[in-house]
Amino acid sequence: MSDLRIRFDHVTKFYGSLCVVDDLDLNIAKGEFVSLLGPSGSGKTTLLMMLAGFERPTKGRILVDGEVVDDTPTYKRDMGVVFQSYALFPHMTVGGNVAFPLEMRGVGKAEIAERVAKVLDMVQLSAMRDRWPAQLSGGQQQRVALARALVFEPRVVLMDEPLGALDKNLREQMQLDIRALHNRLGLTIVFVTHDQSEALTMSDRIAVFNKGKIEQIGTPQEIYDHPQTRFVASFIGETNLLEGVIDGSAGNSLRVRLPDGRQIAAAASQALSTGENVLVSIRPERIRLDDLHGGENMLSARVADSVYQGNHLRIQLDQGAHNFVVHLDRKAEQHPPGADVVARFQPDDCWVIRA
Amino acid sequence: MSGTDRKKHLGSLALIAPLLVFIAVFFLWPLATMMSQAVSDTAVLKLLPQTAAASRGWDPETPPTAEMKAALAADLQAVDDRQALGDMTRRLNSAQAGFRTLMSRTTRALRSEQVPDLGEIDERWDDPRYWQAIVGALSPTTDRYLLAAVDLERDVSGEIVAMPETASANRAIMLRTFWVAALVTVACLAIGFPYAMLIASTDGWKRQVLLAAVLLPLWTSLLVRTAAWFIILQDNGLINTILVGLGLTGGPVPLIFNRTGVVIAMTHVLLPFMVLPIYSVLVSIPDNLMRAAASLGAHPMRAFLRVLLPLSLRGIASGSLLVFMTAIGYYITPALIGGAGDQMISSVIAFYATGSANWGMAGALGIVLLIVTILLYAIYGRLSSAEERRG
Repeated sequence: MSDLRIRFDHVTKFYGSLCVVDDLDLNIAKGEFVSLLGPSGSGKTTLLMMLAGFERPTKGRILVDGEVVDDTPTYKRDMGVVFQSYALFPHMTVGGNVAFPLEMRGVGKAEIAERVAKVLDMVQLSAMRDRWPAQLSGGQQQRVALARALVFEPRVVLMDEPLGALDKNLREQMQLDIRALHNRLGLTIVFVTHDQSEALTMSDRIAVFNKGKIEQIGTPQEIYDHPQTRFVASFIGETNLLEGVIDGSAGNSLRVRLPDGRQIAAAASQALSTGENVLVSIRPERIRLDDLHGGENMLSARVADSVYQGNHLRIQLDQGAHNFVVHLDRKAEQHPPGADVVARFQPDDCWVIRA
Repeated sequence: MSGTDRKKHLGSLALIAPLLVFIAVFFLWPLATMMSQAVSDTAVLKLLPQTAAASRGWDPETPPTAEMKAALAADLQAVDDRQALGDMTRRLNSAQAGFRTLMSRTTRALRSEQVPDLGEIDERWDDPRYWQAIVGALSPTTDRYLLAAVDLERDVSGEIVAMPETASANRAIMLRTFWVAALVTVACLAIGFPYAMLIASTDGWKRQVLLAAVLLPLWTSLLVRTAAWFIILQDNGLINTILVGLGLTGGPVPLIFNRTGVVIAMTHVLLPFMVLPIYSVLVSIPDNLMRAAASLGAHPMRAFLRVLLPLSLRGIASGSLLVFMTAIGYYITPALIGGAGDQMISSVIAFYATGSANWGMAGALGIVLLIVTILLYAIYGRLSSAEERRG
């Protein structure tokens, strides 16, 4: 694979006796935007720190452009890092901060001025060039940090929850801006976040981390629609998980028997044999409600609660052992608490995960 | 201001009143006394009030008038305090040599019933120079101590001129004081900065131990620490025993009663004042600034010079000024460890204050020291406020 940029090869990291990254393999291609997504303590930041050279793998190796970089000090790795706290130099102006990596590379004064002006223009901060970082807002500081990490055209840009300190609107705007920069400049970006919607919005691929391992890696759509593990299904977005047993397969479609004896038709990408314990994940927005009985892939239930959430109605169903959540288009008819309803879902939307 | 506000105000004032009284009695009052000693000069005026009145309007170039001589004779006859007379004579003698013999002859002569004209007792009383000295000493205030503190004096015509080089060495001692203080500051910085970096880079019990190693000397008496160095630095002390034992030097290296010993001992004593301000600035610098510098391509040395060092300048400046300001006032350590050529300005002040009872001179030198310290403090204030404006 000629366009392979980064390769983690059986990378393991221990802090004392605590295993933070566990025998991990990951390949990242040139120009790819990969998000490392997971709860705090899942090892995603440690992986980034090892890639940047701030930490050293206990076992395994990291290759960049085919070369092992474990013995390369950070300052020779040619990677731009954007920190959560921005890490701007408080004693340098915005222009000074952005010029810093170029000065370290011995770029001539005229060229520095030109490239700094260009990159500040790109992040729309040309007017702030002579300000001190302390005089800028959080969003502006964040963009300075971004400009500083981009100006020397590094092989890889590493971002460690860079938007975590921003408020929601600004964060969403910055997500789109970073995404646009990635597309325009063809950057290779490794982006650490614990915010699943951020990962879904920005990434080419998402690696979902749990306990030092990658649970699943794939495009946002694969991760969301076809989770492979219970962790991924419940960590990404909201979902309903039904326990069951494989009862047989017919073509692409599997039959899953629920504890109450009913069967539903479902789909899976993995080969599953009859009798295996499984979970069926059904996304709340894939469920329809009506009051007609009969037919397949349905559950009778009573509405426990109905909450208006702006772009959708969140309806909680009381269905025996399960609490079932349904998102409805807000124009759909109201289902008042206490009403008896039937929840229906297509076989394609019932995704089977090995329990 | 409403009644309750005023009451609250008075209440808080009452709380700090003991402190204010303490500062006023034990700090401000002695300070003011010493400073006024430096400029007050009433030894002559209080004994010669009639002479002061009679000599008003006298032209210093002409011989004294008969009234002045009569007034002086009357004043001298009225004196019954021998010590005050001695003070006055000493004061006049320092302005004009020969007053000591002149005065003793005159007072002896004045003890007889028949008061002759002063010129008959001693012909020097017709010489205007002696009267110039008296008139010059009649002013209640004087700048001669302050001038003498920096090796200046007034000549006969009142112009400020440099003292003859043999007369005083205050300026040389002052320069030596600043030089020793500067050496100690540099030595403290050279040891203190890396040490502060070391503390800042550790955590947990290691940091506590390293900090304790700095703080422990602060809790020990200065005299004890100096005495310890006195023992360690001797020719057959710990250091020289080791050096000779290892064969590194042929004989003992002279470490005591010279400048080296003074600098070593003072550096040790003052090190905490350098380490603590730098440390407190270093721990306030976020870790990831150095990481950011590395990721941007800065070699650790360049990252240090471009990021860590500029950001810790405030700590370095305050540590250096603290050490320097404390060092220029040092007395015990140079007195015990130093040789004759290492005595600093405080020793001279101590000599004037306790050795020769010249409080005017002691006060004047103290004022000079105080002014230098205040100037340095002002510079420091300027520096740190400029830093804050930018941050």
